Amino acid sequence: MASVLVNVPKTAKRGEVIEIKTLIAHPMETGFRAGPNGRLIPRDIITRFTCVYDGAEVFGLTLTPAIAANPFIAFTTVATQSGTLVFRWTGDNGFSVEESASISVE
Amino acid sequence: MRSLPAIVSAGALAVFLVTWAMAQTADPRRSGYQEMGASLRAMQDDDSANPGMLWVGEGRALWARREGAAGKACADCHAGETAMAGVAARYPAFDAATNRPIDLGQRVNRCRVEQQKAEPLAPESRELVALSAFIARQSRGQPIAPPDDPRLRPFVESGEALWRQRQGQLNLSCAQCHDDNAGGRLAGATIPQGHPTGYPIYRLEWQAVGSLKRRLRNCLVGMRAEPYAYDSAEYAALELYLMSRARGMAMEAPGVRP
Repeated sequence: MASVLVNVPKTAKRGEVIEIKTLIAHPMETGFRAGPNGRLIPRDIITRFTCVYDGAEVFGLTLTPAIAANPFIAFTTVATQSGTLVFRWTGDNGFSVEESASISVE
Repeated sequence: MRSLPAIVSAGALAVFLVTWAMAQTADPRRSGYQEMGASLRAMQDDDSANPGMLWVGEGRALWARREGAAGKACADCHAGETAMAGVAARYPAFDAATNRPIDLGQRVNRCRVEQQKAEPLAPESRELVALSAFIARQSRGQPIAPPDDPRLRPFVESGEALWRQRQGQLNLSCAQCHDDNAGGRLAGATIPQGHPTGYPIYRLEWQAVGSLKRRLRNCLVGMRAEPYAYDSAEYAALELYLMSRARGMAMEAPGVRP
């Protein structure tokens, strides 16, 4: 059950800098920890996060094992036109989650 | 004519008396929230940055899911986001069927078994914690109000006795840290007064949401004592005592703690 929280302002003025906040439930298992049997727990992390705003990638982030569980990613972009923001998290073991939010720009 | 130093000292005395009187009326109890740094407080206050809200969201989905042989969802009886408002603030409550107090998670499982005809969820399982977080979120801002049930009184008293009981290889009691030395430091961390205002909490150390029982287990392990089994009477008694000690303080669930 991948659970995601995305916070995008519903409306913005053209040219305004808007803050976008995202939170996703993920264990971010580093691959360096040993389990109860002494063997390494295989790595299971999100490796890539992107935000596509009206077809153009406005933000991308490569995640590493040093990032804690349930990554919180906040960034800013410029509100250019009304449209959809598509957020995508991809990672180990075929992890892939997509979420979208719309914004109206006056 | 009076001298200037006399007027100044009279003024200083007046200021001292006013602040002293205010300190007497102010509640000396402090939530763990007040001991945290600004960044952690901001994390708890912003619902889009508080990771506990991920569990609340999962709990909301589980609330609406049909379960068990009866094919009923929690929402079929308790519809809406406010159906459970104030409920978490008055648990643990007395359970007439078993003649002992039960906490919120045990109450959820009671509904699962009796109403939904489903298997009870394991204590501290992700589903049970998520459901508890969804329920507790609806009591945010409400005062903690443990029930005035005379049948609960012996359990509150045994909870207080446990709170003052030295145990473990370190021979410590809960009260020695959280009553006698609250506000002091334990290594880098401020010792909180131990009021259960934010439960279930997102604890950074766990990187997950957990119940008050899990937090109590952590303290017991830290004291090098044997933790009680989940669903034991000791936890219910301790939870009851802690809730009665925090009576009237505002609920913050889901809290964020270091």
